Amino acid sequence: MIGASGPSHEEMIGRLVGDLRPVRRTRPPLVDTLLWTSAVAAFALVLTPRVNFDALAARLTAAPDMWLALAGSLVTMVLATIAAFMLGLPDRDPRWALAPLPGLALWLGASGLGCLRAGLEAFGPIPTHEIIDCFAFIVGFSVPLSGLMLLLRRRAYSLRPTLNAAIAGLAASAAAASLLTLVHPFDATVLDLGVHFIAVGVVVVSNGIASRRFGGA
Amino acid sequence: MIRVTDMNLDLPIVALTLANGRTADRAVLWASATRGSGEVMDAVTNTGISREAEAEDLRLRALMRSAQDGDRVAYEDLLKACLPRIRRRLQRRGVDPDLVDDTIQDVLLTIHRARQTYDPSRPFAVWLAMITDRRAIDAARRHHRHAMHEVSSPDAYETHVDDSGDPQPFVTTNAIDRIRGSIAELPAAQRDAVERLSLRQQSLTEASQETGRSVGSLKVNLHRGLKALRALLNPEGRS
Repeated sequence: MIGASGPSHEEMIGRLVGDLRPVRRTRPPLVDTLLWTSAVAAFALVLTPRVNFDALAARLTAAPDMWLALAGSLVTMVLATIAAFMLGLPDRDPRWALAPLPGLALWLGASGLGCLRAGLEAFGPIPTHEIIDCFAFIVGFSVPLSGLMLLLRRRAYSLRPTLNAAIAGLAASAAAASLLTLVHPFDATVLDLGVHFIAVGVVVVSNGIASRRFGGA
Repeated sequence: MIRVTDMNLDLPIVALTLANGRTADRAVLWASATRGSGEVMDAVTNTGISREAEAEDLRLRALMRSAQDGDRVAYEDLLKACLPRIRRRLQRRGVDPDLVDDTIQDVLLTIHRARQTYDPSRPFAVWLAMITDRRAIDAARRHHRHAMHEVSSPDAYETHVDDSGDPQPFVTTNAIDRIRGSIAELPAAQRDAVERLSLRQQSLTEASQETGRSVGSLKVNLHRGLKALRALLNPEGRS
């Protein structure tokens, strides 16, 4: 602040110059994107023993909307990841925040189609433990993925930290939802879909809130 | 069409671009798309952006690159060179003049904290402009929030009951006596004009009809009378 007690611009510059230390430049966003998606691929490999590939192949072949939903979540993950790293650099266009929208639209649309195709069956009862498992899976995988993204973004400086963190949360939850498809290759019922997107919402909002509480910019 | 005010460019670049009859969109494309200095030079040639602006940007890039490596002299030069650019941009963004200096310091702090994010292969002016614009928005929001908690009430002094128990009125009897005494010391024509026009709030026409003096003469006497009163009440010339 400048006022009777605040420093002049020259004093402020003097302090900043005195505080100067060499810094390592942030990596290009696409390199960070590659690193992070590689980590997601590693998680997928870890899950491989639990995947019933026959069931997965059968379901994906029989229901094209499941392919689309999986493609939607993967596209959302990739675009949200690029956007999250781009928004960590002040000179990048803030409209990068809109980049995940096409993937999100595909993901939501295809998942909705799955619900319609399943028809009235979709409203049938679902075991409570399955709902809790799905929720826990998405949130549980999102936490380390969000942490990894935070680690990769530690040298970034976002001018919109809350939005940036929310987009990072979207990337993490989209990745977790994509991984869930591997171990949970079933039609998305309305309730199932609702639980998935509530979990995604919880991760996105938690990231946003965490950045407000602990963020810097 | 992108508005000029939305662009992520420094003022001289915008001005030079527009002066050369180029569209703002092309300038934005230049600012957002150019990466290496070779591309910048091509863009400069294509869009008509002056070589001086380009040379200045290259100088600032070099200073920032050195600052990232810990060169304090370069960093000081850079921050000093940024000051007028930041001020111009904030003024152009319509930041309240009372907030400009605080916002400049916010921008300086942000430059310091975000210096590792600058990629020397990209235009420095764009990086600085984005930070400045964001801090301008933050300043405006803070100002708006403060204003939301404040109430403007010009009548508050008249309507609010002073319960402090202080019997001292705004204008003491002594002060009133002094004003009366000073008015009495004025020459008759000036005293008459002050009493009629200032104290009794007569219109110039009314006073002119009652005194037989011209409107011009009354105005002159009022002006001289008030000036003399000021001198009598404030002999040391304090405001």
